[in-house]
Amino acid sequence: MNHTVKFNLNGSPVEVQVKSNEKLLDVLRDKLGVTSPKFGCGVGECGACTVLIDGLSVRSCITFAVEVEGKNVVSLEGLQADGPTKIQKAFIKNNAFQCGFCAPGFVMSATELIEKNPSPTEEEIRHALAGNLCRCTGYKNIVDAMNEVSQENKEEGR
Amino acid sequence: MKEELKVVGHNAVRLDILEKVTGAAEYTDDLAFGPNLLHMAVLSSPHAHAKILSIDTSEAEKLPGVHAVLTGKDFPEKFGLYLKDKSIFAVDRVRQVGEQVAGVVASTYEIARNACKRIKVEYEVLPEIHDPYDSIKEDAILIHPDLGNYEIEPWLDAQPGTNIAHLRKIRKGDVEKGFEEADVIVEGEYHIPHVAHTCIETHISVSKFSMDGRLTMWNSTQSPHTQRNIMAHSLGIPHKNVRVIAPPIGGGFGGKAGISMEVMAAAGAKACPGHPVKLRWTREEEFYNSSQRTGLRNKVKMGFKKNGKLVAIKHQMFWDVGASAEYGSNVVNATGFSATGPYYIPNVYIDSYACYTNNPICSAYRGFGYSEFSFGIESTMDRAAKKMGFDPVELRKINAIKEGEGVAYDVPMNPNGLIECIDKVAKEIEWGKEEKSDDPNKIIAKGFASVWKAPAMPANESSSAFIKFSEDGSINVLVSGMDLGQGFLTAMAKIAAEVLGLTLDKVRVELPDTDRNPYEWQTVASHVTWSCGNAVKRAAIDAKNKILDIVQRAHFIDKSQLYLEDNGVKCTTQESFFIPYSDFVITGIQTEHNTWIGGPILGSGMFMPEYTNAMVNPETGLGGHPMVHYTVGAGAVKIEIDKETGRIKVLKMAEAFDLGKAINPDLAKDQIVGGFVQGMGTALWEECIFDEKGKMLNDGFTDYKIPTILDVPRDMNPILVEVPQPDGPYGARGHSEHTMIPVMPAVANAVANGLGVRITDVPVTAEKIVMRMGKPEFMEEKK
Ligand code: FES
Ligand code: FES
Repeated sequence: MNHTVKFNLNGSPVEVQVKSNEKLLDVLRDKLGVTSPKFGCGVGECGACTVLIDGLSVRSCITFAVEVEGKNVVSLEGLQADGPTKIQKAFIKNNAFQCGFCAPGFVMSATELIEKNPSPTEEEIRHALAGNLCRCTGYKNIVDAMNEVSQENKEEGR
Repeated sequence: MKEELKVVGHNAVRLDILEKVTGAAEYTDDLAFGPNLLHMAVLSSPHAHAKILSIDTSEAEKLPGVHAVLTGKDFPEKFGLYLKDKSIFAVDRVRQVGEQVAGVVASTYEIARNACKRIKVEYEVLPEIHDPYDSIKEDAILIHPDLGNYEIEPWLDAQPGTNIAHLRKIRKGDVEKGFEEADVIVEGEYHIPHVAHTCIETHISVSKFSMDGRLTMWNSTQSPHTQRNIMAHSLGIPHKNVRVIAPPIGGGFGGKAGISMEVMAAAGAKACPGHPVKLRWTREEEFYNSSQRTGLRNKVKMGFKKNGKLVAIKHQMFWDVGASAEYGSNVVNATGFSATGPYYIPNVYIDSYACYTNNPICSAYRGFGYSEFSFGIESTMDRAAKKMGFDPVELRKINAIKEGEGVAYDVPMNPNGLIECIDKVAKEIEWGKEEKSDDPNKIIAKGFASVWKAPAMPANESSSAFIKFSEDGSINVLVSGMDLGQGFLTAMAKIAAEVLGLTLDKVRVELPDTDRNPYEWQTVASHVTWSCGNAVKRAAIDAKNKILDIVQRAHFIDKSQLYLEDNGVKCTTQESFFIPYSDFVITGIQTEHNTWIGGPILGSGMFMPEYTNAMVNPETGLGGHPMVHYTVGAGAVKIEIDKETGRIKVLKMAEAFDLGKAINPDLAKDQIVGGFVQGMGTALWEECIFDEKGKMLNDGFTDYKIPTILDVPRDMNPILVEVPQPDGPYGARGHSEHTMIPVMPAVANAVANGLGVRITDVPVTAEKIVMRMGKPEFMEEKK
C-alpha cells in the first residue's frame, strides 16, 4: 500500500510517497537524496544508518518510513548549517576515521550523547557509542576526540 | 649535511578527513545514476556441492519489471587473478553454499529478488568436503576435475587429479640433519578457522555498457586497473574501452582486492546496454560471497640447540582455500616462502598446500596468511622457551633474523630493526613484571609474539604517477592506489610536497579512475607507500627538473644553485631571489624581449622492482627472489582472565613495527591500533561457524561478533621503529597488515603463561579455557 508521509527533514518540510514496508534509510537515500546515512547491514546491527528522530538516535534501516509522519528527522547533512560542529571538528583534528564509512553514524550518536550529557566520562562515551561498529580504527581516536569535546564543554561550564 | 625533511615524517591531518566527517564523501552507493538505473539480485546455491541438472528461468522472465535473467550458460568462460577456476555464475556445478547460480536485472531490487525466487534449479547433491585434511585424501571427490585445463600463472604448481590447487615447497639445508643436531625439539598442530573481513560497506558495483560499446564501472575496490585488465580480457574488448572508477571505499582489508562480484554487475550491464546496473551485497551475501580468510591446519616442528639457537624447522600447512583458489593460491604461495617467522634457521622444510574445499572462497585478508601460520610458529617459540628455561622474549632475540642472513628461500634479509621492536614492546608491556588483580577470581597475564611479513606480489608489479601544476602553484598528483583508510592519499601528497618544496595545502590527490590516472597494480600487500611512493617521488623529481631548467634558462642562474622551498624557487647564492610557482608553472617566464620560456609543468614517474624473480625451483623453492623485502615487528598483550568464566579482557597492548620511515607518523600509529583491534577480534571470538552441510550459522553481526568500542583495551601503545629500506621512498616500507599478525599468538601465549592451558585452535574463547583448564592433555609442558 502507498502512503504519503510528511515530516521535517533537516529543518525543512518534506512530503514523500512510500510503501508500507519501505525503510526510512531507503527513502532518505533513494527518494530524498540524503546519502550520509549508510547501508552497513540493513538489520539494525551496525549503526551506519543512524539518524536522529526528535533528538533520539535511531537506526533508519529498521525504521519504517511511515513511522516518521510529523516528526523531526535529522541526518548528518542537517547538523552543519554553520559548518562542522564541535564534535566534527574534534573528529577531524584527531584523524578519528580511516575509511570513514562509519563516520556519519558516529557523529549522529555522539551528537545525541552531547546534547543529553555535555561532558560525559570516557566510559559514558563508550557506552553511548557501543552500537556503532567500526572495522578500521580500533576506536582510539574516536574516544580521544570525544574526551576533548567533553573536556571543552566542562571548561565552558556546559 | 643531512637534509631536513619538512613534510615527510611530520604529523598532519589526513587529506580526506574533512569529506569523511562532513558526509561529503560519496561512496559508490551514494552516487546518483538517475531513473535509468537498474538493480540486480542473485540466486545463491543452497548446497555446498552439487551438479546443476537444469535451470528454468521462464517464470522469472515473465515478472513485470524484469529486464534480464542470467545464468552460467551465458558466460562459460572462467576468470581469476592467478588461477582461472571461477565462473561468473555457476556452470554445471556449485561448489559452496551461497555460490551464485543466476542473476536477475530488474527495475527495482525488490522485483529482482522476487524474480530470483521464481527460478527453478534442479540439483544432484554430491559428497562434500569441508576440511583440508579430507580434501587431500586419496579417494576424495574432486572439486575441480578440470584443474589441469585451467589457465594458471607459471609460478603456481597445481596438481591436477587432486584437490591441491598449488603446492609451494621449501627445502633449504638438510632438515633431518638439523633435527639430529637439535637438543630440543618442539612439535605441535594448530587450527585457524575462516574469519570474515566485515568491511562496514558491503561489496558494490554499478556497471554500465553504453551504446558505443564502452564499459564503465563504479566499484568499491582495491584494484581498479587489475579489474579493468580482467574485464577487458574476459569480454574481449580493448582496455581503452573499459573504465573503472573507484569512489571512496568503506573498508577493504584484502576483501576488495582482485575481482569478485563486480563481474556479475558487468554481466548484468552487458545484457541491458544503456542502463547502469547496480549490484550491492547484503550483509549475508558479504559473508558468503565476497571472500573469507583462509582456514589453516598446520603442523610445526622446530629444533633448537641448548643455547637457544634454531637449527631446523619443518612446517606443513594445509590451507582451506574454499571453492576457488583464484586468489587464495597466492596466499599459499607467499606463506610457503615465509613460514619460518622472523628467525634465521639454517635448515628449512616447508610444504604449503592450497586445498580446495566446499567452503566459501578465501582470498586476501589483512596479513595474507601470515596471521594464520604465525600462530603456530609463535606458540612453538613460547613452548620451546619454557621447555628450555629461556625467557620467551630472550629466545626470540637470540633467533631474530639479521640483515644479510638467508631467509627461507636463501636470499639475504633486508636491513631491519627486529631486536629494537622486541625490546621496545617488552619495555612498554613491562615484560617480566608480575601483576596481580585485586579480584581473587581474576589473574593478569602477558603474552608476546614477534612477526614478519613481505608483500606478496607478482615479480613485475608496478606503479606510476603523474603530477600536474595549476596556475596558483598547486598540484594534482594522479595515482591509482586506493586510500583504504590507511592514509595513502596523504602519504603520496607528502612525498610530492617534500620533493617540490610545497606546503601540504597545495597538494590534491584523487582516487583512481583508470581513464585518467596512470597504472597501479593493486592496493594490496601493504606495498603502495613503498611502490607508488617511489613512482610519485620520481614524478616529482621529473617536474622539479623541468622547473629548474626553465628558471635556469630564463634567469641565467645555474641549476646547481637553485632549490625548491616555500612553494617556489630559491637560490643558494642570492638570498633575495624567489619566484613563486604561481608566477610561471603554467604561463612560463617572460624574458626581457617579451618572449616566454616554459609551459605547463608536468611530471611522470614509474616504479618496478627490477631484482625480483618468481621462477624458483618447484622442488626446493630456491633459485629465485620472490619477495621484495620483509617488514618486522613485535606485539604483546596484558590480559585479565576470569578463572571461573574463562572470559578474557585485554587491558593493554603494545606493538612495534619497523616501517623504515614513517611518512605519516600519526596515521602509521593508527594502523597499528586498528590492526591490533581487528586481530583481537580474531584472537578472542571471530570465527565463521558452519553446519555439517556448509551453511554458515553466524552470517550477521549479532552472531559474528567484531570488537566494539567497549571491547578494546583502554591502554594502547603503538610504537614506530625506523631502519630505512634502501629502495623505499625516504626509506619507507609498509606495515599496515602486519599489525594484526602478533595478536592471536600473543593472546594464546598470555593464556598459557597465566593458566598453563595451551590453546592451539583459535579463537581463544572463554568456553575453551573453562573446558580445558586442568586437563592434562591441554596443559603446557614446563621445564
Ligand atoms: S545499516 Fe542500519 S544498523 Fe546497519
Ligand atoms: S573508519 Fe572504516 S569503518 Fe570506521
